[in-house]
This record gives sequence, structure tokens and C-alpha cells, in this order.
Amino acid sequence: MKIKETDVAIIGAGSAGLSAACQAAAAGARVLVIDENHLPGGQLFKQIHKFFGSRAHQAGTRGYVIGQQLLDRVEKSGAEVWLDTVVYGMQKDCTLGVVHEDEHWHVIAKKVIVATGAKENYMAFPGSTLPGVMGAGAAQTMINVNRVLPGERILMLGSGNVGLIVSYQLMQAGADVVALVEGAPFIGGYGVHAGKIRRAGVPIFVGHTIKEVTGKDKVEQVTIVAVDSKWQHIPGSEKTFDVDTVCLAVGLNPMTELVWMTGCEFTFIPAFGGHVPMHDRNMETTVKGLYVAGDVTGVEEASSAMEEGNLAGVAAAEALGYLGAEEAAEKKKEIWGRLETLRSGMFGEKRRTAKQSQIERMEAFEAGAACGQKGAAV
Amino acid sequence: MNGMRVVQHPILDELDTSKTVTIYFDGQPITALEGEPIAAALINAGITSFRYTPKRHEKRGIFCAIGRCTDCMMIVDGIPNTRTCVTRVKDGMQVKTQDGLGSFERKEAEK
Repeated sequence: MKIKETDVAIIGAGSAGLSAACQAAAAGARVLVIDENHLPGGQLFKQIHKFFGSRAHQAGTRGYVIGQQLLDRVEKSGAEVWLDTVVYGMQKDCTLGVVHEDEHWHVIAKKVIVATGAKENYMAFPGSTLPGVMGAGAAQTMINVNRVLPGERILMLGSGNVGLIVSYQLMQAGADVVALVEGAPFIGGYGVHAGKIRRAGVPIFVGHTIKEVTGKDKVEQVTIVAVDSKWQHIPGSEKTFDVDTVCLAVGLNPMTELVWMTGCEFTFIPAFGGHVPMHDRNMETTVKGLYVAGDVTGVEEASSAMEEGNLAGVAAAEALGYLGAEEAAEKKKEIWGRLETLRSGMFGEKRRTAKQSQIERMEAFEAGAACGQKGAAV
Repeated sequence: MNGMRVVQHPILDELDTSKTVTIYFDGQPITALEGEPIAAALINAGITSFRYTPKRHEKRGIFCAIGRCTDCMMIVDGIPNTRTCVTRVKDGMQVKTQDGLGSFERKEAEK
């Protein structure tokens, strides 16, 4: 076993982790970023569409371009990056168990930032385990990164931005999207994305779900059905399509396994995808020196993940004395300002109140702990 | 060899298909692009079923494609439970359909 000591260890080289690395390293901290994958960038390189938001968030720039800019910044920052490296566990003192280049390492860092992201939800229906039923994100990875079409005739379930954007990207890659199906009575994502696939002739069935997928060894047909206000199937409303692939865009959930191992306190926020670690306005959890950033703190999107990474990186650097209180306060104020912008408007308001509640629960927990009532206030 | 390959793309650069390797799926040679995941090479070759489940003997293919769900596990160069969506091809690699939990072929051969 080998031992590696550093100031800040960051798990996950995606939007949040790389942003945190830039901030902490730029302030002068020794930074080590660890990622299981062969390439850094997380999900950014799959996102070939133009980003939304303000100019400060590079609206109009495609995700993979933002990813490349972030990689360039990390390289200049002096942060060390270990790829093809698995963090298999974390002790209560935040020592990391790591397998790097076929050797076992303990990584001991003064501050740890977990930025492990999220994974796709599954949905069960008859035939849902047949080869050819996959996550919408999986299909996006296959076409935009691996450059292979998982199928030629595809039905998409879910009309949030992932379902809408991946449907369009599947068409850009040459597939035929036969229909987009949404359980709710309205389209979940942005109208501009829905408009693009409607103009391309894809029918959108709101108030419908998948009844079953059939096929001998793989997906051959999918039957959809209308649902009533109690989500019960309405007999006689079935429609059947010949397809070879069914994509599920039914949400994501945070990858919190490593954070759980430390004994960190969690709270349940459905809008964020389930159980999420409590954290304060510095992104620090109930375990001192353990920070979280990005989708692991609650599923949002890449721009917020980058800002949360910035915040955690600044806060960790400040806690280590690499940034003065005044300078750090100024930076954090700017970052929070941008986060407020991202969490505003018709689509952002739910995420803003969810994040506010997450931080309030942390404050209540800390207040309770200070009175010797562990968890009583939550 | 470009069955399901996305070569031309309206946004992304044209795919470079010049560097290839050969892998073997249940003994059959398949041309793969250097450095791509095993799952991508198999899907390009029209293979969608990667393993059988232990109890019901049902077929499974890729689900998450980012190494989380383990639906795409196969026996790769004798190592069972290899996640083919995040394991890159190597020339001469032996990739086999996994039946159930799989077993370490090399250890059995040593017995």
C-alpha cells in the first residue's frame, strides 16, 4: 500500500469536481482530482447542445466546448489528475481507499470534495429488462462519445430536458425517433427543445405511459397507453410502435455511496432525486472537512454543478488558509449571485426552494448538535 | 465495419475510423475502433445481448453505459463481471457472453 498526502482531494472529474480543482489550485492549494473514467469531463462531453442561462454561464456555448475550456483551466492550475482510478471507500476521517495504476493507495487529504454526480433512474414495466431498453443518458453516451447508434427506431419516455434533448441528438446521429411519451399532462422541459423535435415531426404523447415492451431476444415493439388523473391505464387507448430501442428519461438520483460511508447526515428531498447530504453555504457537510458539489448534492444541471464546485473549491482553500476571509467572501458572494440566477424563473424556482431547505435543515441540525440534541431539530 | 457507427455528424467532427483492432465475441472476430469501449464495438456489430441473468436466464444488454448498473457485464479475457461499457478494447481480446455469475476461467484452467 502507498500513501499520498495532499491538501484537497476531489472525487470526480466532471463539471463540479474540475471547477473545484481550478479554484483550490489557483489559490495555491495542492489538489488531487480522482476519476474512475479514462477521460475527464464527466457528462460535459456528451452535451453537444448549446447551454442556456446568462452570458456568465456561457449560454449559447455547446457543452463539450465548455468541457474543453474547463480541462484547459485545470491543466494550467497545476492540479494533479488521476484517471482510470477508483475510490472504493472512504473512512470516517475521510481517508480514501484508492486503486491507482494497479496499486492500492491511501489518499490522506486535509479537505475532501465529493463530486460524484448522479445516475439514471430505472422504470419497471413488462419487458423493461429486454436488451434495447436503456437510459436516455446511456443512448446519449453511445451516440455522442462512443459514436455508435444503440438502435435505429427509438421511442423516448419522459419529456424533461434530458428526454427532449437526447431525442433531438438521436435524430442528429441518424436515428428515427418514432414518438416521445410523457406521463404528466404537459411537457416537462423547455418549450424550445420540445419545438425542435415537434418541427422534426416527432409526435409527443402527453398523459401516456409505456404499457409493455415485447420482443423475443430484444426490443421489437412497444405499446403505450393513456393514463387517467390517478395514473391508471385507460383500456382501449393503447398504441403500438415497431421499435428496436426504448429510452427512459425518468430522472436521475445522486451517487452518494461514498458520502454515506463517512457517517454524514442526509436529508430527503424528492425534487433533488432522493436522499442528499446536508451541507452549509460553503458546501461543507456535517463531517468537518468533507465538502460536496454538483449533482451528488441534489440533481440539477451542469451550470449549477460548476458553480457549486467553484464554491467548494474556494471554501476549502479558505479553510486551509490559502485565501483570506475577505477575498474568499467576495468570491463566494459572486458565485452565490450566479447560482441564484440559475435557480430562478419558472424552471429554477423549485430548485431554489429545495436548496434553501437543504441548507436550512443543515443549520437546524448544527444548532441542535450544539445543544447536544443530535438530529433533534431536523 | 461501420454498421451502427455515427461517422458523419452535423455538430461533431467526422469520426476517425482508421485505427482498428480485432476482438473476439464468443470466438467470432469483430473489428473495433482503437480505444473504444467493448460495448460500443459489440453494438456496432449488431450484438445487443451481453449476458444471461443467474435465476431466470434472461438476456441483458446495456442500460446505463457509464459503468454503474452492471447490466453489460461479460467475461473479458477470462475475467467475469467485467463492465463492457467502460472497459476499452485491446487487440486480440476475448469477450464472452456471461451466463449467470460467471467464473474465473484462468483459475479453472490452472486446476
